Order: sequence, then structure tokens, then C-alpha cells
Amino acid sequence: MAELAPVAYDSKIEGNVIFTQLDAAMNWMRKNSLWPMPMGLACCAIELMASASARFDIARFGSEVMRFSPRQSDVMIVAGTVTYKMALAVKRVWDQMPEPKWCIAMGACASSGGMYRSYSVLQGIDHLIPVDVYISGCPPRPEALIEGLMRLQRKIEKEPAFYEQKRALLEDLAG
Amino acid sequence: MSHSPKAAISAVESRFKVLSKTEFRGETSLSLAPEVIAEACLFCRDELGFNFLTDLSGLDHFGEDPRFEVVYELYNMERGEWLRLKVRVSEDQPEVPTVTGVWATADWHEREAFDMYGIRFTGHPDLRRILMWDGYPFHPLRKDFPLGGKPSEMPDVAFSEAAPLQGGPFVTTPSTATTKDREPRARS
Repeated sequence: MAELAPVAYDSKIEGNVIFTQLDAAMNWMRKNSLWPMPMGLACCAIELMASASARFDIARFGSEVMRFSPRQSDVMIVAGTVTYKMALAVKRVWDQMPEPKWCIAMGACASSGGMYRSYSVLQGIDHLIPVDVYISGCPPRPEALIEGLMRLQRKIEKEPAFYEQKRALLEDLAG
Repeated sequence: MSHSPKAAISAVESRFKVLSKTEFRGETSLSLAPEVIAEACLFCRDELGFNFLTDLSGLDHFGEDPRFEVVYELYNMERGEWLRLKVRVSEDQPEVPTVTGVWATADWHEREAFDMYGIRFTGHPDLRRILMWDGYPFHPLRKDFPLGGKPSEMPDVAFSEAAPLQGGPFVTTPSTATTKDREPRARS
């Protein structure tokens, strides 16, 4: 039996070094530490809290760090009915979040105004800020939120994280 | 359990000019003139023991004159009695004297009625909108206000748009039919 000698394998290095693309590495880090900005506006916020608590535990997906400061968050979870009175405040919080940032519209109200076809309710938060993932439900169960979070992770995986920034930088320098 | 306060009703009737009196399922409503409503409320509180204002709300009888109405739901904590007072005011002069001096809780209720119907409560200490933002140009619970709202814009404060109703407004059909036939839907 011929001896299967591993070629160019150094056990001291192999455990610590990963060969990959920069984009993939950055996306891998980003998607596993999505710190949410809990924009809890109605009953969806209760389900959001349930998702964070021990039974459902979004810490398993790296999202346990609810940040009440927009400057420290990556993903805004708009959980609830966005009234016109609140709308510009939500927009302002979103504007204060640093790039890269994502938005989850949790539940029917945040996605489309829900049952409130009304003078007082914004008909979907996507009228003001770009939404990455919409979650149906009134309110959605924590499992649905976790599914939405996992979809967002899959979306982030495919994003050209570094490439776009480099191109923007080059365009800036050229122009 | 409603206890119709017969003694209280006759006391109000003998003291103030009651424009109309209706009874429905043991509940009595007394309609009074706007000029005497604050005095009547004070009388009800101090002399008749109605120490709790359960609710104060506005009504829009669109197409009638006088158009607006304010309803006061009074409760006597000692005796468990209810009394309803009503005041009609016209569209040209929708003014009702405030009862904030009688029950402090009337403050926010009157602000809501002002916000939603544009009924002004004279003598109110702080008559601002309570639900919509200051500067919103409409009174959204008026009957001639569209269900989906109207567009408005107040830079840096708030804006509003007309909501799509997709063939609505949604109409409930009361009957003994199944939920599918009764529930609110766009019916053209």
C-alpha cells in the first residue's frame, strides 16, 4: 500500500489560515454578526423580543446584540406599524446607521401598511428606505423572523462587498 | 348592569333646559345647549355625584344641522349610575365650553375631539392636536374626509399620502350569513 503523504500540508498553519476571496471573507464576517436596530413600533416588536429570548435565541445567528444606537447596528428590523407621525423619525434613525446596512420589514404593516389602509399609516416602510427582506405575518412568528434573517444572510453572502467599494473609490479618485 | 339614575335625570331636567331626551336599553341621554354644558357638568359632579368622566367623544352628523355633537359619558362611582349628556354644535361655529375645570381627564379627550373633528373647546388650557402632528391640515374623522386620507407635507415634521383602496372603501354587511359574506370587502 502506497503511503499517502499529504502534499504542502502544514498542520501548524492549516488550522489558522483560510484561503478565500476577500469578498467572501468579509461577507462571512458580516453575515454572522448582524447587529439589529430594533425599530419596534407595534405588536411585531413583541415577537421580535421573543426571537431574542432564550426559546428562539437569534444569538445562534449572531444577531443577539440589539443595539439601541443606530451607529452600532447593521440591520434595522422595522417591526410594526409605521405611522406618518413616526415615519421621518424611522428614516432619520436609518440615515444614522453606518454602511453597510440592511433592512428587514417585519410583518404586514411594515411591508405594506397591513390592514391599515388609513390616513395615518405609511403604506410600507419601503416608501422611505430600501428593504432587503420582507416578512409576512400579522405578526410573524419568531421562526419567520429567523427565516428572514437567514435569507438576509444568504443575500449578504452573494453581495460584492469589497468590489463595489473599490470601484466607488476608483471612480471617486478618477472623477 | 345599567342603573338608570332617575333622580339625577329629573334633577338635571328641572335645573337645565333639556333639548331632547332619549332612552335606549335602560340608558338615558340628555341633550343640552352648548352654553350650559360646563355648568351642567359641574352640577352633575357636585350635586349628583357623577365624579368620573368615562369618555368624551365627538360625532359628525354630516348633512344635518347642527353638524357636530359632543358626547359626555358620566359615571357615579358611589351608586354605579351612568348618565350621558350630549351637545350639538353647528359647522359654522363648532365651539363648546371646556369641562377641563370639572374633570381634569377631559383635557386629552377634548384635544382628541378637536384633532379629529375640529370642534373647538373654548377655555381649554392647551388645545393642541393630540394624535396628528401640529400643522396637519385636516380633521380626519369628519365624514367628508376620505378613508384613505389626503396628501399633505410638512417639511422635517411629517407627510401623508392617500392610501390605495383597491376598489374600497371596505364595507361590512351585517347579516346572519357566513363570515365570508359579512367581512369587510370592497363591494362595488
